[in-house]
Amino acid sequence: MKEIPLQLSLSQTQRSRLRAALEKLQDLASKSTASVTVADTIPVNHEDGILKGHGTSEFNEEVVATVCGVVERVNKLVYVRTLRARYIPEVGDIIVGRVLEIAPKRWRLEINFSQDAVLMLSSMNLPDGIQRRRTAVDELNMRSIFEENDVVCAEVRGFQHDGSLQLQARSQKYGKLERGQLLSVPSYLVKRRKQHFHHLEKYGVDLILGCNGFIWVGEHVEPKDNEMVEDHQKQEEFTPLETRQHICRIANSIRLLSALGFNLSADKIVETAEASMFSNIAIKDILGAEFCVETAETELKRRVSKRRS
Amino acid sequence: MGNTKVIAAVYGPREVQNRSQQINDQVLVRCEYSMANFSTGDRIRKPKGDRRSTEISLVIRQTMEACIMTHLMPRSQIDIFVQVLQADGGTRSACINAATLALAEAGIPMRDLVTSCSAGYLCTTPLLDLNYVEDNAGGPDVTVGILAKMDKVTLLQMDAKLPMDIFENVMQLAIEGCKAIAHYIRDVMSHLLSFYVLITPSVI
Repeated sequence: MKEIPLQLSLSQTQRSRLRAALEKLQDLASKSTASVTVADTIPVNHEDGILKGHGTSEFNEEVVATVCGVVERVNKLVYVRTLRARYIPEVGDIIVGRVLEIAPKRWRLEINFSQDAVLMLSSMNLPDGIQRRRTAVDELNMRSIFEENDVVCAEVRGFQHDGSLQLQARSQKYGKLERGQLLSVPSYLVKRRKQHFHHLEKYGVDLILGCNGFIWVGEHVEPKDNEMVEDHQKQEEFTPLETRQHICRIANSIRLLSALGFNLSADKIVETAEASMFSNIAIKDILGAEFCVETAETELKRRVSKRRS
Repeated sequence: MGNTKVIAAVYGPREVQNRSQQINDQVLVRCEYSMANFSTGDRIRKPKGDRRSTEISLVIRQTMEACIMTHLMPRSQIDIFVQVLQADGGTRSACINAATLALAEAGIPMRDLVTSCSAGYLCTTPLLDLNYVEDNAGGPDVTVGILAKMDKVTLLQMDAKLPMDIFENVMQLAIEGCKAIAHYIRDVMSHLLSFYVLITPSVI
């Protein structure tokens, strides 16, 4: 679950190419960004009615940053977006988490937030799909739904008045995730979009971009209405080698993109995976030096052309 | 700082491990200071919770608590682990500086950067950042921790007696040392940050 820092052994030319590409990317971006560290003053041009957002405070009538990050301005609101902080949940976010423990009527999930999230038994669909009150028997059978260390996909329901974070999984698309890889990236790389579930039909792979920075790449499963009936057949199914390779290729592309610090979107991930396939790069070499430099250069070209148009 | 080498690790904010310690309106800060067996000249096997390390843990915890904006992360805990790899005087200030850097890098909101530096007085000369030999000479040793921008003192320790006027000189020297360190830490931070910011576009 730890982020994997990329240990590159770059040759001299590769290093200079990578540096050049990254510097150009920085130039493109720096026109709109200003990075601050703790206790730096944020210039506000003495406009009145400035609203101080997250990561700022006031000292000697100056706006001062309290975290390291990038200054963002939305009309009169000034805030600092942190780059390496924990995920901050918002209602409706789709997240991927791991079950830590089973407590009475609830599961506790690790979701990269400063506290554990709570998924109540009553706020998820039962496997048989019937809407009814949860009985004591259901409570005893909780382990048949999720066990410890299972990977689960859910939605943020909101904060309880005691400050704990509640999740819900009231749809077929949420639930246990099996046969795939869980990746952990910095949460700021995943932007909130309309669509977080992606079915890559070409590869038979499901991709879930959790807002909390946990990303699931796994074999495609059709959402079933009656999962209990199918359960026995599922056990015997076997993930074909080809699908496993696709999963690994896509997962490695995500690792590469996150190590380079590019925003993650389904399109870009597929694009990178296809580029690696196109240039006949083995799955393990996606994280190698040469492809890393190539990806940075491709991204640079893309942004330059976007800027011109 | 000199030959002193320290590593710091910050975990959190995360769920409170011991439920009874949970604080409902602020974050629980915990700190553990330890010295590696190989860090000093002679290899001594120290028990884990000896008095000296518990005291320094407490000092570091209190100093860091003063700068972390604890009210922003209620019902969670932050763990700070500092370990001395090579001790050559001024370990507690080195640990505080390392912890500040680690906290800032972890994106934990802080009022200001805390920096610390020690100063001493030997043979009628005030000395900045004592090394092991100077430390063991038995003269007075003042450790100061300040909030660099706000100019506030969060830590002040002295083990001996000093006349008022000399103390002021020594303290002034230590504060200047702290400010120099703050400057240096800021440089390191912005360098680190520029690497992260590098590529991520601000446009959402």
